[in-house]
Amino acid sequence: MKTNVRDAGGVQVVELKGKITIGSGDVQLRETINKLVDSGKKNILVDMKEVTTIDSSGIGELVGCYTSVTNKGGKLKLLHLPPKINDVLTVTQLITVFDVYESESEALASFRG
Amino acid sequence: MSLSSRFENIEMVQHLCSKLLEGRDVPEELRHWILMALREALANAIKHGNQQDTTKHVHLEMDIVGDTLAISIRDEGPGFDPEAVADPLAPENRLKTSGRGIFYMRTFMDDVRFRRHASGGMEIVLKKTLGAVNEKEEDRA
Repeated sequence: MKTNVRDAGGVQVVELKGKITIGSGDVQLRETINKLVDSGKKNILVDMKEVTTIDSSGIGELVGCYTSVTNKGGKLKLLHLPPKINDVLTVTQLITVFDVYESESEALASFRG
Repeated sequence: MSLSSRFENIEMVQHLCSKLLEGRDVPEELRHWILMALREALANAIKHGNQQDTTKHVHLEMDIVGDTLAISIRDEGPGFDPEAVADPLAPENRLKTSGRGIFYMRTFMDDVRFRRHASGGMEIVLKKTLGAVNEKEEDRA
């Protein structure tokens, strides 16, 4: 998995590309988010548009990241969820846990609200 | 087929399963969920069964009989009680970072069974009816 982090008006947009699966991308996701949290970044938007595959391990890491950020008083939201990843989050009822956006501008505005 | 306990082998097995499904007119959506369940079962065998001990193997059989895909995956680990795995939908478990693999297998396949194999290890048998095959055969008839 490849990651790219950019600042968008104080919100850290984490762009993920590729697989978030066991042994390939799951730990990388955790390390990327932990690094942001440890440096005091509290508003994180994870762009999933180019995520091709996720498994239960990747979902677990996503949940762990959400908890880490929330416990530090921050917010982690999701952007551009591919339909099949949306399905995977829906069947485990995690879709109700995450704030999910289709538009980056709306997502960024939600952090200011 | 026997594989060493490496996560890198998961995609190779997914590719083999995909080839097995080729020519059976399996809709892409159905194929995707079968491959995800297969991934979860293999990851479970490698991580929890064999505890990533690369000297231990994962034993695999895949076949289509009639309109049903059957996949058997056996590890060489000490085994576990699948009923003891916590319900990932329970509110107290929803934010846990693990414990969803078996749930996904059961969600995406028609039948998922666990048993301790006579020669040791835990065996998972996954079955899925390939509905499109029926339709295709009916069309031919």
